[in-house]
Amino acid sequence: MPEPFLELIDISKSYPGVVALDHVGLAVSPGEVIALIGENGAGKSTLMKVLGGVVEPSGGRIRVDGAERSALTVAEAIAAGIAFVHQELNLFDNLDVAGNVFIGREPVHGGPLRLIDRKALYARTQPLLDRLGADFAPDAPLAELSLAQHQLVEIMKALSLDARLVIMDEPTSSLTLSETDRLMRVIAGLKADGVSIIFITHRLNEVMQCADRAVVLRDGRMVGALTRAELSPAAMIRLMIGRDLKSLYVPPAAPPGEAVLDIVEAVTDTYPERAVSLSVRRGEILGLAGLVGSGRTELARAIFGVDPLRGGMIRLEGDPIRVASPRAAIDHGIYLIPEDRKGCGLLLDVSIAENISLPDLSSYLRFFLVNTAQETENARGQRERLKIRAPDVATTVGSLSGGNQQKVVLAKWLSMRPKVLIFDEPTRGVDVGAKQEIYEMLRRLTDSGVAILMISSDMEEVIGVSDRIAVMHEGTISGFLDRSQFSEHNVLQLAVGHAVEMRVP
Amino acid sequence: MNKKDLSLLVLILVVGAVVAFINPRFLYVGNLSNTLNQVGMFGIFSIAEAFVIIIGGIELSVGSVIALLGVLFIDLIVNHDVNWMLAFTAIIASGLVIGLVHGALVTRMHIQPFVVTLCGLLIYRGAARYYTEDATAGFGFGASFPTLEWLTAGRTNMLGFPVPHSVIALIVVAAVAWVLLHRSVFGRYLYAVGKNEEAARYSGIRSERVMISAYVICGGLTAFAAILFAMYTRSISPAVHGSFYELYAIAAAVLGGCSLRGGEGSIIGVVLGTVLLQVLQNLVNLLGIPSSLNFAVMGAVILIGVLADQYLVQRRHRVSTAKGREAASIATAPLERVKVE
Repeated sequence: MPEPFLELIDISKSYPGVVALDHVGLAVSPGEVIALIGENGAGKSTLMKVLGGVVEPSGGRIRVDGAERSALTVAEAIAAGIAFVHQELNLFDNLDVAGNVFIGREPVHGGPLRLIDRKALYARTQPLLDRLGADFAPDAPLAELSLAQHQLVEIMKALSLDARLVIMDEPTSSLTLSETDRLMRVIAGLKADGVSIIFITHRLNEVMQCADRAVVLRDGRMVGALTRAELSPAAMIRLMIGRDLKSLYVPPAAPPGEAVLDIVEAVTDTYPERAVSLSVRRGEILGLAGLVGSGRTELARAIFGVDPLRGGMIRLEGDPIRVASPRAAIDHGIYLIPEDRKGCGLLLDVSIAENISLPDLSSYLRFFLVNTAQETENARGQRERLKIRAPDVATTVGSLSGGNQQKVVLAKWLSMRPKVLIFDEPTRGVDVGAKQEIYEMLRRLTDSGVAILMISSDMEEVIGVSDRIAVMHEGTISGFLDRSQFSEHNVLQLAVGHAVEMRVP
Repeated sequence: MNKKDLSLLVLILVVGAVVAFINPRFLYVGNLSNTLNQVGMFGIFSIAEAFVIIIGGIELSVGSVIALLGVLFIDLIVNHDVNWMLAFTAIIASGLVIGLVHGALVTRMHIQPFVVTLCGLLIYRGAARYYTEDATAGFGFGASFPTLEWLTAGRTNMLGFPVPHSVIALIVVAAVAWVLLHRSVFGRYLYAVGKNEEAARYSGIRSERVMISAYVICGGLTAFAAILFAMYTRSISPAVHGSFYELYAIAAAVLGGCSLRGGEGSIIGVVLGTVLLQVLQNLVNLLGIPSSLNFAVMGAVILIGVLADQYLVQRRHRVSTAKGREAASIATAPLERVKVE
């Protein structure tokens, strides 16, 4: 094994209230393919951002070619030969391939005019294309290329910078199978040239296919490393989980009733050839687990009428309904508490009272005008009920903490008559105390007969709060779990597309 | 009346006092009445513009619509002997249709409002000129519509002051618009869509309909203003009539606290903004400033006003964060504070 040229030693990173990385070490040798795996939020992306110079670690050292320092800047990372292929690609779709590869470093001629030397630009791009076996021309407009081809352009950009290490953040998450295959071949080719690769992925079979070793992160700590010989899906999953979950579970007052919301063969835009079927029963919390990008948010948006449903149907209390817009969903009593609270859930510089009344203003009418006294009174009631911490209901929502903002979103819907509530990441960015209050509120709602669908990437939350769990994998339901089958292991198995051996209790 | 409106009112009074001091003719009944008449007409289409700006759009065709519909109105009643009430209704209806088309193009075809209404600006101006073959449209010597003229361009004595009817029209329009914007459900929706269309949609607001309605209201009010202008000027040269009026409207709305990002603005502010613009216009005439400097004066005053406002907002912000930081600074190291600043 050649000597490592890059070493991360004892790297830590903490944000206010969160430890994202806790004394993580990693060494990279030339020509090595390292898979970085772990659950959502395990710290994988943060670690790679430290390598790319985007995030400054709060502790630890980075050794590049023997020289030690406490942090890298982006420029230093590039100079050290570290290149980053981002999950959301950083490309300009108004330029052509060559323009993207050499952005900011265009060959120029014409002296002080600094005109772009197009001939040289294309001539330099062609060898890179050949090296990757790409089937498009240097002057192909980026807008006409597929996502997989965009990725190749990013890799070319890395190679043109003489990268020794290419970091790929979930490179295959939006590729088709054949495209993934080709990427695997590209990775093998780079490895043969002595370029090292770190790739973050949720797909364990890809790790099996091309990694020399796997590094597993959990809760910001490195919990294990597997050599090529030790690699197996079971071993990886075992390392990814394995902490004791606090029990948050409060059982429902009564067993769940009949199905309130039936999703039958629903198809969304993101996965046009996959369908989702599930039903949520009266008085239960159905947790919807899955990895980021498995299509859960898209499903929620389709049920709520934000995006059109491409196929299948929705039944509410047995009757088929058509949900063409959020208005229609709301009129049916289906409400969504969206993931992007600030973008979709609230008007930030508007008062608590006005935010709460917004979806149901017509019931605050007095002679066609908004009865602000009634509005304020209702908002006060909700503030009391949900324990929203604010001086009064005229306070603008933007000045509240995450937890209190989430309670305002919830208050909007609780002022009406919910039949089905869909929560998309109900406690993201919410502090522990408010979390507990929100969970209690969920249980009180189901006990009063509401059906709740709770999308969550937080394992503790999914297992601790749900009465039943549905797991999504690449646009479809890969399995349901009853409480007796709840375990982090089972959820994760289904989330990465493996079957669960059902042990009958 | 909010703080912003109040400071605008103070500014108007100060400018007015200065002008009156230098040239007392400013306060003559005739001059005041004429200025008010201008305020009435300009105010109506400025309120129209404000509706569109509040939802985060822009309407650039106001001036051209005033020219086209003005020409059509005069043509209908003078050359085609159409009953003026019928013509009045037809013109308002045309304004509403123009707004509907703009709104539909913006929301359904997803064309940027700037582009849609810029095309409108060019098309309606061209149509007006073509329709009259670039000739002036006006009332002949014999033509007379006493009731219509009295209603639109007349003045009524109140306590010895001739109040132009256009001002009364503005007061009615502003009162209705105020209730609609600041008290009704629809007004809430307008502001919500302007602030954050996505969140509005997630709250069940049919944001496309709300946006289209704003353009329709704008079109209707602009048509009304077009009739007032036609009756006031009595002759329209389609090449210049109403040109730059959209900019007066936008300026009044911005002075009145509207943000071009949408979601902000008050009706009182827009009316006060119109008053300020007309007082400035008057100032140029009365103080013997070359009338060619007209626009320059207006531009300078608006710029200074916006800068002063920005400065005050930032200062208030700094004061409040400084207060907040004082509490926090006990916990954090002094280094942190330097970084923040």
